[in-house]
Amino acid sequence: MEKLIIEKSNGARAVVFNGAKTPETFLDKKYLRKNSPKLPELSELDIVRHFTNLSRLNFCLDTHFYPLGSCTMKYNPKSYDVLCSLENFTSIHPLTPADYTQGTLEIIYNFEKLLKEITGLNAWTLQPAAGAHGEFTGALIARAYHAKDKNRTEIIVPDTAHGTNPATAAMCGFKVVNIKSNARGRVDLEELKKVLGPKTAMVMLTLPNTAGLFEYDILEISKLVHAAGALLYMDGANLNALIGLVKPADMGVDIMHINLHKTFAAPHGGGGPGAGGVGVREELKDLLPLGRVSFDGKKYSLEIKNKKSIGQVKSFWGNVAIIIRAYAYLRQFDGKTLGEIAKNAVLNANYIRVKLKDYFPAFFDEVCMHECVFTTPKDMPSLKALYVAKRLLDLGFHAPTIYFPLIVPQALMVEPTETESKQTLDAFTRAMKQIFEEAKKDISILEHAPHKTEIGVIDEVLAAREPNLKW
Amino acid sequence: MYNQEKCKFSKTHEWAFVEGDTAVCGISDHAQHEISDIVFVELPKVGAKVEAGKSCAVIESVKSAADFYAPLSGEVIQVNENLNGNPALINQAPHGDGWIFKIKISNAKEEENLLSFDAYKATL
Repeated sequence: MEKLIIEKSNGARAVVFNGAKTPETFLDKKYLRKNSPKLPELSELDIVRHFTNLSRLNFCLDTHFYPLGSCTMKYNPKSYDVLCSLENFTSIHPLTPADYTQGTLEIIYNFEKLLKEITGLNAWTLQPAAGAHGEFTGALIARAYHAKDKNRTEIIVPDTAHGTNPATAAMCGFKVVNIKSNARGRVDLEELKKVLGPKTAMVMLTLPNTAGLFEYDILEISKLVHAAGALLYMDGANLNALIGLVKPADMGVDIMHINLHKTFAAPHGGGGPGAGGVGVREELKDLLPLGRVSFDGKKYSLEIKNKKSIGQVKSFWGNVAIIIRAYAYLRQFDGKTLGEIAKNAVLNANYIRVKLKDYFPAFFDEVCMHECVFTTPKDMPSLKALYVAKRLLDLGFHAPTIYFPLIVPQALMVEPTETESKQTLDAFTRAMKQIFEEAKKDISILEHAPHKTEIGVIDEVLAAREPNLKW
Repeated sequence: MYNQEKCKFSKTHEWAFVEGDTAVCGISDHAQHEISDIVFVELPKVGAKVEAGKSCAVIESVKSAADFYAPLSGEVIQVNENLNGNPALINQAPHGDGWIFKIKISNAKEEENLLSFDAYKATL
C-alpha cells in the first residue's frame, strides 16, 4: 500500500531558493514558532510519483463502470469543465456589482427559465449546495407557508423515500410520520389516508422512489394531499428518469428539488460541490430564498429585499460552476432529446433487470425506471449482497449500492445511467452471472473477496467497534 | 435468560418478557441476524417514558441503523449498560445478556396486541 507522504518524508527538498533570505516579519517575536513545522520533505520526483501512484489507485467513472444505485454516476462531458473554467466566470468575486457580472447572472436567469419549462414549476432558487440542502430549503418554505397554522407539525414520508427526507423534516422541527409501502413498493393509499390530516404540513415523495419505481397513483396522492391542506414535495434527485417526459407540476407537485450534479451531468462524489436547486409553484414564489436573479428587460440584478422570503440558505449565489455546467448540458439538447435521455436511462436499467433474471431477481418483478433493486436468490441464503459487491471490484466494476432501500432484503441497487453502452452493460451482467456461478460452486471465493484490489477484505465490524484513526 | 417461548413479540421484531408489572425488552433472534454485526446501541434514559410502537432506541450495525420500537408502553427503570461497551451481546444472546431495557408497564392491556412466539415465527 502507498505510504502517507509524511511517512515517506526524507528531508529532501523539491525547491531550493538559492541565496534567498527569510524576510523580516511585522509579527511580534512572541508569536513566532520556535521550531519548524513538521512538513513532509521530499524531492519533486518523489512527490510526483507519490501522487501519480495514488491517482492510479482511483476507482472512478473515468476508469470503470460505476452502477452505484441512487447516485446517478453518469458521464460528465469534459467540455463543461472547460466552459466553467473560463476566466470571465472564475475571475469575478461574488460581491462584484451586478453591472460587471451580467453574463453570469444571465446564465442563472436563463437556466431558471429552462427548469420552469422542464418541471412546470414557476420559480426557482439555485442557491442550495446539495440535494439534501434543497430539501431543507423546501421544508423551510413549507414551514413559512403554514406559518399561520401552528397545528401543521407533521411531515409524512413513505419508506421508499431517500433517507435524507425524514432527516430534513426532523431538522426543520417537524414530526416525521413514516408510512409503509404496499406489496408493489408504492405508496399505500389507505396508509396515506390514515395519517393525512389537519396536522400534515407536507408529504415528501421521492419520485421515482428508491425502489426505482414510478408512483402510478401520483395524481390520486396529490389530490389527497391538497384536499388535506398540505403541500406535496417531490424529491427530484431521480429526475433523469422523467426529464422531457413528464412535468412534476402536472402531477400536482408544489415544491421540488433537483440535483444539478446528477440529472444535469455535473460531477459529484467525494462530498461535492453539488447544487440542489428548488422550484415552487407561483403561490410559494415569494418564500424562496433571497438572492434570486431578476431581469427588467435591460439589466439583470440580484433580489436582496423581500420580507416574505425564508432568507438566504447559502452565501452568495450557490455553486456557480455547477450551475454553468448544468446550463451547458441543457442548452445542448431540445426537449425531445431530453426525453430520449430519460428513456435510455430507463431502458438500460431494464436491460440489466431482464438479463439478470435467472441469477439475481429484481425484488419488485416489474418494469423499473432508471434503476433496479435486485436481491440474492432465495435458495442461496449464504450468498450476501456484500459478497457480490466486493467480488465485483475484482471483476473491474464499481460496487452497486447495497442494503438500500431498507425495505429490500440483501438489496443490490443498480443504476447504469443512460451514458453506458450495451457492451458495458453486457460485461456487467456477465460478471454478475460469474459471481452467481462462483457462489454455487464455492462461496469462500466470495467471502474473501476482493482479491485483486490494493486493500482486501476489511474488518468493518472491528473498525466500527474499536475505531483507531490515523493520518 | 428470557426464554423466547415465554416472550411476547411485536411485528417489528422486538420482544417483551413480562413479569408482574414490569417487562424486559429486546430484539428477536431473527432481527439480530438480519441486522448483522451490531456496533452501537443508543439506549433510552432511565426514567424515560416509552410508548408502544414508537421508536425509543437505535441499533446500529455496519449495514444500517435500525429503530427499536417499544413493544409496550411504560417507564424505563433499567437499561443494559453492558451494551455500551459490548453491543455484540445482542448478536450473541438476544434473549439473554443482549436484553436492552426494562420498563414498568403503564398499560397492561397492550400485551394483548403482541404475538406469541409461535405466532411471531409464522410471520417470518
